[in-house]
Amino acid sequence: MILQAKNVSFQYKENAPLVLQNISFEVKEGERVGLRGKSGIGKTTLCRLLAGYEKPHSGEVLLDGRPVTEYRGYCPVQMVWQHPEQAVNPRRRMYTVLEEGDGIPQEMTAKLGIEEAWKQRFPAELSGGELQRFCIARALGKRTRILLADEISTMLDLITQSQIWTFLLEEAKRRNLGMVVVSHSDDLLDRICTRIVEIG
Amino acid sequence: MKQWNRRKATVLILVISILFLVTVAAAGSQCSDAARATDFSRKNLLPCLEYPFGTDWMGRDMFARTLKGLSLSILIGVLAAAISAVIALVLGICAATLGRRADGVITWVIDLIMGIPHMLLLILISVAAGRGLKGVIIGVAFTHWTSLARLIRAEVMQLKESPYVKIAGKLGKGKWYVAYRHILPHLLPQFAVGLVLMFPHAILHEASITFLGFGLTSEQPAIGIILSESMKYLVLGKWWLALFPGLALVVTVIMFYLLGENLRRLIDPNSAHE
Repeated sequence: MILQAKNVSFQYKENAPLVLQNISFEVKEGERVGLRGKSGIGKTTLCRLLAGYEKPHSGEVLLDGRPVTEYRGYCPVQMVWQHPEQAVNPRRRMYTVLEEGDGIPQEMTAKLGIEEAWKQRFPAELSGGELQRFCIARALGKRTRILLADEISTMLDLITQSQIWTFLLEEAKRRNLGMVVVSHSDDLLDRICTRIVEIG
Repeated sequence: MKQWNRRKATVLILVISILFLVTVAAAGSQCSDAARATDFSRKNLLPCLEYPFGTDWMGRDMFARTLKGLSLSILIGVLAAAISAVIALVLGICAATLGRRADGVITWVIDLIMGIPHMLLLILISVAAGRGLKGVIIGVAFTHWTSLARLIRAEVMQLKESPYVKIAGKLGKGKWYVAYRHILPHLLPQFAVGLVLMFPHAILHEASITFLGFGLTSEQPAIGIILSESMKYLVLGKWWLALFPGLALVVTVIMFYLLGENLRRLIDPNSAHE
């Protein structure tokens, strides 16, 4: 599968300044592309467009030649959000987050360091890093082909970061996933990615 | 020794208020005949052991009349508030999900109803609906849904935009799944508390509209009727005719209010762990 952005421009409101201007970008299966750019340049917005959460103002985002927003049912492009506490429903227990994903195996949660007891808790009873592991697992369902990781490890300590990235790298290689990695850390991008794109 | 926490106290108040209201409603429906029975050999008695609230100028037992009146009020309050809450739920969800035009119309209706003085609209609707029990219930039901509908509309709109609802959509979950699993758990507490806190309003409005003579007919011993009749006798020094029914009404309203507030405290996650 190939995910392409073609001359994409985006604004959040009519007559508002353009957040993104004529961005072209592509990622294939098996490729890990790093996105680098200054703060506020629109990296998260680009991820939202690539995942089909927003429609571009002009240009298009295509997944195997079809606009990604047109995919119904499980979308093969999944995004892990920067703020896990907004990405889970505060009224539902954590095991429901995993159930929502597409057949998340037990080994995956174990490798991500999710403890069994956490699954019975509510989101408010876990830390941001602990929640983020659930969000990563949820996005890695069986039908996921391309994963967008938007600053997923910024809030974690180094040991946890390395645990999570080691797992993700292994998983991406094993399943030949495509990945887009947004991070402020050059070291991380150099280490993970097969290719790095500057935007802005 | 932290056995007696806030949560337990809350549950206790909740249970007491429910018990009080159920008892009044049940006892009132048992003494319909006693509330109407006249006996001129015992008229204008001061409150005593046998007649705790005294008797009126026709020798009717004020205690029985008050109980009956309260049970009528509770019945009307529960029915009207329930209808009102359902209207609020349906219109609130419609406004938030059926697009901009539907939202415009429903918001306009809400503003319209909130813009007209409450009592005036209530009188108009209940007279138009044929007065009596039916008129009062319809009147109260159609005037009390607005603020809850607004609350539900805002809540649904906010939830619709929340990342976890959008993520569920990308994970291939349908509209019903999202509505049931993600939106309903947020609406239910709002709805339940809104419903219970609507009871005291409904009861007070029922009493006031009846007091003004647009509500229940004078054969029914509603609290409003009792109060408006005893107005004439207040100047004659028969204070007990208005004092006890009035107090009982206030206590009932407070009980409903306590019920709602404590229910909110229990199911609102901001205070559930206090």
